[in-house]
Amino acid sequence: MDFAFTISAGTGSPIFKQIVDQVRLAVVTGRLSPGAQLPSVRTLAERLLVNPNTVAKAYSELAREGIIDSQQGRGVFIAPLRQIYTKAERARRIEPLLEALANEGIALGFTADELLEALRRKVAKINVPPPGRKIS
Amino acid sequence: MSDLAIQTSGLTRYYADKCAVDQVSLGVPRGSVFALLGRNGSGKSTLIRMLLGLLEPTRGAATVLGEDCRRLSPATRGRIGYVAESHPLIDWMRVRDLESFQKSFYSPPQWNGRMFTAVVDHFGLPAKARAGKLSRGQRAGLSLALTLATRPELLVMDDPAMGLDPVARRTLLEAMILVTRNAGHTIFFSSHVLDDVERVADHLAIIDNSVLRVSASVEFFRTRVKRWQLSFAGTPPPLPLAKIPGLLAAHRDANELRLTIANPQPETPQVLASLGALSISELPLSLEDAVIAYLGERGEKPSLLQSTQLEGAAQ
Repeated sequence: MDFAFTISAGTGSPIFKQIVDQVRLAVVTGRLSPGAQLPSVRTLAERLLVNPNTVAKAYSELAREGIIDSQQGRGVFIAPLRQIYTKAERARRIEPLLEALANEGIALGFTADELLEALRRKVAKINVPPPGRKIS
Repeated sequence: MSDLAIQTSGLTRYYADKCAVDQVSLGVPRGSVFALLGRNGSGKSTLIRMLLGLLEPTRGAATVLGEDCRRLSPATRGRIGYVAESHPLIDWMRVRDLESFQKSFYSPPQWNGRMFTAVVDHFGLPAKARAGKLSRGQRAGLSLALTLATRPELLVMDDPAMGLDPVARRTLLEAMILVTRNAGHTIFFSSHVLDDVERVADHLAIIDNSVLRVSASVEFFRTRVKRWQLSFAGTPPPLPLAKIPGLLAAHRDANELRLTIANPQPETPQVLASLGALSISELPLSLEDAVIAYLGERGEKPSLLQSTQLEGAAQ
């Protein structure tokens, strides 16, 4: 069963980013496992009715993040899970989201404990496999 | 071979003393899908007609597939496909007559009869129908079929989506994606349907009042136009416009200002903070909103909705 992308034009999120985000989310939630094959650039472009360059850009972004492997002539596959960012880089990437969560949470009248608890429940729901572990 | 399918330099056209295209310089990369955007009457059709050698430039120059647009050879014209605005066809001819008429201008290997049949079938066109009796969508389908069958290296379309229903528009989009199967084939088209532009185009240009305002990849354009929302305790202050470089549009209501800014600088958020807002947040901006910000009047303007609201409040 092929992974189903849903793309919409006219939103604040560019189409290449929608593709990147959907693959990322599907990988962390386990809907796409390492080794799963994604459609070729051409196939996905024609399925979603978008410019092939847009799909190619999404795939190269995903490859740069280590989420997919493009194997010449064989296809595009979900890569084994691994940590590709340094500790500092991970901190840098999560910082603006933490900032937004804290600001918005306080503005809405949540206590720190309530926010932590809500976050814990959220993470538990996603059920991320520990980094570096290979699943098949 | 140049890596630009179209290159213009200072291209200008006057009709009597009215300037229709004002010193437009742009490059259309080979293999790109390039959207030309602008309001009605902004000069898009004039620009397209000059590129095809149908209209003499007043000043400036353009090369199309490496040749001067004023002196395109028949061989080069044969590599260009043109879908004209509102799909003019010879109305008394039947679909199959138009096919053989068009085909007669091209060498047999260049004519792709399969493509013609596929597109015509997709639009549900009967071979015996006369062009004059077709619906708008069917006319679009027929002119697309006649053009795509010539395997154009450069496909130029003047507002091909105009007046099409959603199904015909979707088929047009499919046809454009189909053209991208040929690496190195270029599409240059004008459109007002920005959702379709977002799907299919990788480059865009914006012409406003005869002047080229933007020419960039769609991706780059989107990173360079940003919108901020500023919330105030009371009525937002009057805007010191000169102090906000790149301001394209400002919308205000009771206690909020929304500012759309081109080429924001690292210090732009500080400049905005100095306006005394309680909070400042960046809003997601769709391609359509970014383009509209370029096409409206500069600076602050009420929307029609706000103007009527104010009137209602005064009563």
